[in-house]
Amino acid sequence: MKKQSHSGSTNSLIIRWIVYLATLLTFGSLLYILFFIFIKGIPNISLELFEWNFNSSNQSLVPSLINTIIVVGLTLLFATPIGVFTGVYLVEYADRTSKVTQAISMATDTLQAVPSIVYGLFGMLFFRNTLGLGYSVLAGVLTVTIMVLPLIIRSTEEAMISVDRSLREASYGLGAGKIRTIFQVVLPVAMPGIVSGVILASGRVIGETAALIFTLGTAPNMATGLLQTGRTMAVHMYVLTNEGRNVDKAFATAVVLVLFVIVVNALANWISDKILETGAK
Amino acid sequence: MSNIIKEKKMEDTSANKNLKGGIRVMDNKMKMTLPTREAKKDSQEEKTVKFDIQDVDLYYGDFQALYNNNLEIHEKEVTAFIGPSGSGKSTLLKTLNRMNDLVDSCRVEGLIELDGEDIYSDKYNVNELRKNVGMVFQQPNPFPKSIYDNIAYGPRTHGIKDSAELDHIVEDSLKKAAIWDEVKDYLDRNALSVSGGQQQRVCIARALAVEPNVLLMDEPTSALDPVSTSKIEDLIEELKEDYTIVIVTHNMQQASRISDKTAYFLSGELIEVGPTEQIFTNPQHEETENYVSGRFG
Repeated sequence: MKKQSHSGSTNSLIIRWIVYLATLLTFGSLLYILFFIFIKGIPNISLELFEWNFNSSNQSLVPSLINTIIVVGLTLLFATPIGVFTGVYLVEYADRTSKVTQAISMATDTLQAVPSIVYGLFGMLFFRNTLGLGYSVLAGVLTVTIMVLPLIIRSTEEAMISVDRSLREASYGLGAGKIRTIFQVVLPVAMPGIVSGVILASGRVIGETAALIFTLGTAPNMATGLLQTGRTMAVHMYVLTNEGRNVDKAFATAVVLVLFVIVVNALANWISDKILETGAK
Repeated sequence: MSNIIKEKKMEDTSANKNLKGGIRVMDNKMKMTLPTREAKKDSQEEKTVKFDIQDVDLYYGDFQALYNNNLEIHEKEVTAFIGPSGSGKSTLLKTLNRMNDLVDSCRVEGLIELDGEDIYSDKYNVNELRKNVGMVFQQPNPFPKSIYDNIAYGPRTHGIKDSAELDHIVEDSLKKAAIWDEVKDYLDRNALSVSGGQQQRVCIARALAVEPNVLLMDEPTSALDPVSTSKIEDLIEELKEDYTIVIVTHNMQQASRISDKTAYFLSGELIEVGPTEQIFTNPQHEETENYVSGRFG
């Protein structure tokens, strides 16, 4: 008995150190990347980077920042309702055992694993050429919308499945119908999971280059209409680095991008809290 | 083994046929041995049938969970369903407000009438049924909303929007569930922040808020401590004045404390039903005797 409990504590000690080590590695490399970007980027941040119009001497990031906001905003506007409702359909209405549902499920999983360049080529062939949208915000947004849909569908599905069955029973038990049960009971409880899916989706769009280079384009101007071309910040950084002359400015842009992502996440959390508050009332 | 089951089935059906007569005979005995119950027993004679369950079989896919159940549940009485795990008592309870509709593979055969109407007919509105037949579950399951909104959820579902009326319903329901004094100052607090026993009474209040006339309780105290349990038992005693109550319980002391009638289930069959005193002091079937005396189950 004594020996057993002793070896048990040795095991738990080993496991504890493995856990610590894993955390240290993950968190450490994350911190290192952030630190590296800040060290390289902050000294290069200058006022000319924030001039409203881009020219070859200031390499301003403002147009690409605005483009990023537009692309992310429009993509979420399209993808969130479609994705959430598809998730609701799959969980609450579809027959899980039917071939159609299984096909949708498999397609969702497969699309999630497809590299973004494939979406880029599809967008180029379909939206840009077939539909004749050219290099445009619309072509870019539609392409990344398709790209992030599986992510939002899956996270909605998972969030809704994990809602305790007894809550649904309680609602039905009071004579509530299906629609009311879904919207008043299931969705509010699933909201944090859905929102985290939407945050992940916005992260993918913010960081996307391959799918956008072929659809939105790489022009450094600010897109002022749906059919105008432009570049997002990630594409901007890619172009700057590729050109080789302004790598320092690419790092400065990276600093702004990191701050932008932090702001977007904080905003998304704040919005989900607000939704939950009103949902609780 | 199969012979035993066959024998039991035969006994069971004959018992069901003689059910009503059996109850009357036992009532007379009761009057002599338990004078305090006399008044109640007299009024019981006139009590109308709320649920009439006839030849009910229930299947989950190929698996048969209920075999030929026949039972009458009387108005404004507490009927307790007892029996070992898997005996079908919860399953039968759930057929009474069609909660089994939520299970895809579930199929019910036979007839269940509420106030003379077949609740499984196509014309019967299942939402209306569940409004009239409230349910309290094994685990307290308040919505993660405020206590107020938990109670108001049902009335709002059925179209009540006026806030003064809702205020009144919330207060009234919480009072009926004997929890108003404990939560009246915290109505805007999340219902999950109160204790488990309080949560269960909030759930009872929530069920009462849609003005049902039957209350189904599926082991409502099995997740609660003894103090909370006794509060809920006292509450059931009070609610019986206005509601027909069907309670599933694993706790035989509980059944004997609070119920008027007790039904004993085994392997999906109703073995015996009768006045609670009879079931516990003088059961007609050996299986019942074994179970209530603690030799089995």
